[in-house]
Amino acid sequence: MSEKAFVIQSSPHFQDKDSVPKIMFTVVIALLPAIGASVYFFRLRAVGLYFSCVVASLVTEALFLWIRKKPFHSLWDGSAVLTGLLLAMTLPPTLSLELAVIGSVVAVSIGKQVFGGLGYNIFNPALVGRAFLQTAFPVAMTKWLPPATLVVDTATYATPLGNLKFQDAVLQGTLTPLKQLLWGNTGGCIGETSAFALLLGALLLLTKKTIDWRIPTGIFLALSAFTGIFWLASPDKYASPLFHILAGGLMIGAFYMATDMVTSPIYSKATWIYALGVGIMIGLVRLFGGFAEGVMYSILFMNTFVPLLNRTFRPRILGEWRKTA
Amino acid sequence: MKTKTFPHGIHPPERKELTSEKSLEFFPPPEKVVIPLHQHFGNPAEPLVKKGEEVFLGQKIGEATSLFSASVHASVSGKVLSVDGHNHPLGKPVLSVTLANDGEDRFHPALSGTEDPLSLDPDQIRQKVKEAGIVGLGGAAFPTAVKITPPKDKPIDTVIINGCECEPILTADYRLMMEHPDEILLGAELVRIATGADRILVGIEDNKKEAFGLLQQKAASYSAEVLLVKTKYPQGAEKNLIYALLGREVPRGGLPFDVGVVVQNVGTAKAVWDAAKTGKPLYERALTVSGNGIKEPKNLNVRLGTPFQSVIDFCGGLTEDVNMIIMGGPMMGLSQWVLDVPVIKGTSGILAWASAKPITEFACIRCGRCVEHCPMGLMPTQLMKYVKYEQLSDAENWGALDCVECGSCQYSCPANIPLVHWIRLGKNQIMSQKRKKSA
Repeated sequence: MSEKAFVIQSSPHFQDKDSVPKIMFTVVIALLPAIGASVYFFRLRAVGLYFSCVVASLVTEALFLWIRKKPFHSLWDGSAVLTGLLLAMTLPPTLSLELAVIGSVVAVSIGKQVFGGLGYNIFNPALVGRAFLQTAFPVAMTKWLPPATLVVDTATYATPLGNLKFQDAVLQGTLTPLKQLLWGNTGGCIGETSAFALLLGALLLLTKKTIDWRIPTGIFLALSAFTGIFWLASPDKYASPLFHILAGGLMIGAFYMATDMVTSPIYSKATWIYALGVGIMIGLVRLFGGFAEGVMYSILFMNTFVPLLNRTFRPRILGEWRKTA
Repeated sequence: MKTKTFPHGIHPPERKELTSEKSLEFFPPPEKVVIPLHQHFGNPAEPLVKKGEEVFLGQKIGEATSLFSASVHASVSGKVLSVDGHNHPLGKPVLSVTLANDGEDRFHPALSGTEDPLSLDPDQIRQKVKEAGIVGLGGAAFPTAVKITPPKDKPIDTVIINGCECEPILTADYRLMMEHPDEILLGAELVRIATGADRILVGIEDNKKEAFGLLQQKAASYSAEVLLVKTKYPQGAEKNLIYALLGREVPRGGLPFDVGVVVQNVGTAKAVWDAAKTGKPLYERALTVSGNGIKEPKNLNVRLGTPFQSVIDFCGGLTEDVNMIIMGGPMMGLSQWVLDVPVIKGTSGILAWASAKPITEFACIRCGRCVEHCPMGLMPTQLMKYVKYEQLSDAENWGALDCVECGSCQYSCPANIPLVHWIRLGKNQIMSQKRKKSA
């Protein structure tokens, strides 16, 4: 009848335009204000870290795809670029570039590829890389530097959270002002300091529904409630919830790390449990743990529960349990 | 007016403007028709004619010999050329009766109508529907006679007439509502009588306001209530429409009977009326021929058995770059590999377009969009993984059999994973396991 060859495929024959690379690059775009801020505050050190992390991530990804004989198109799905950027943003400005490269290699290889690549990893890859560096090079990972815009004594400089924890900042009255935390004119990992820039990008992600609003909301709620109780009980000893939200890696963690689709739960009920868990863990570590900052370990800790949460919670199927006569 | 709706679902592009203002055209019967004996859900009909026999228009040529089956009728008058296997839109060849059209359209003399069909009793209506070989014309082609015979222990209170036509591109149901509102409402009344229901609800999506206005205006004289529902896919899926209109949930694995409801498509309602009034069996149907690969998109009344090729030729033919032919709508339709397949009772549309290069599949990133959009409350990505790794009992527990294959999940999947395909495979495997166990 017809000499033409037609495409045979399973329904549906319409497909939404959004795609995995688009999602990944939307996150990259959302990170641009914060990246800009970090370059402004930490100058060439930031540029060097971004460059080495992104390149090392891409090279590691390519190497693994080649070894595993996987199609190279997944190199351009944007996930390796994103891992590199996110890792760089969570590194202290003083870190040497070799260590940044090592962190990136670990992030992509052990954080992602050994599990089977994008979509199969249990832990947030960038945080795996960071956790490795933190454990293997603890001294290098805690050497801070004030931003180029701040004139202070560099020898004894501490991050706002370190200052709070180890120098009794509340008692001494030396707590970093909130305004400084909001704009990012303070010490810390290069990409985490400017809460404002991070919020700007988060707004894009929330309006485009790229990230689940429940995750940052749950984290903010849990952390505010946890730190709020102690602050109300003795405000001369504890910092306010607002300080905790604006300081350290909370913003980048809540909007860009904990929201990683692969390592957060699928169904909304499980998502709430996960998000509240992250928030409470951060509060616990910051107030009572050995570290000044707890965002990274809290997210990694809750990541471990995601497979279990995904297997435990599912939506109610239409017509399930409830029977109407 | 507040529009009713169901939770979840998607908003695919509608593309109905191609044909929505084009009246249903009469398609002149072709010289040859191929009528498959299996055009419906259930068992095939048994052939009643032999090669060389003369048949009338509307003569029964295939007999339904079991409950879940439907009789098949000649769609032209003429001579039987063969009773043989022939390509079928569902993919596998099916025993089919090929007729040479004598062009006379001699209606079968034994077929007669009823002066006042509304005076028929339920059994007589069911008999007429069964004799006419009517099946659900929305696409699933479930035998209507079975659908309007509720079990004794399941009283029916509501008949829902489905005028949603939530599939993109298709407009044939809309045209039926615009051009035959009375027949649809009268057919609905017959279904109401047959099922012993108290009321009739007509659900129409709010992108078809004109049809809504027209039916609402007519409905007053037929004791039917016409309701506007939100334009959202799959609003016309039986279980979702019941939920939208009545707030009732059909229990898992159950049927609309279980919640006292019978749902009929507008085309089916009209066919029921025609069969009762004039004795006309189901030998033609309304369908939309559209998509940007069709030169002159149209809504047509086509005799069953007409090859796709003839229908497409009547619509100006295909554009050069066409590489996709679909029977049905773009969300649930079946892609075709040849054009000599005939129009069957379930052919709600013939669509053609040029599809872009094959889309790249990425790994699932667990974004959860499939879960967010599934109208049945399933987790398609999880089902896909269970099927992929052969954990069939998990797939069943997580509701694989509740999937209606609407395609909302796959439509919204950013990784382009063929989720429906995986779940369908899982359903098949689960069912064949069950058959083995019970055998």
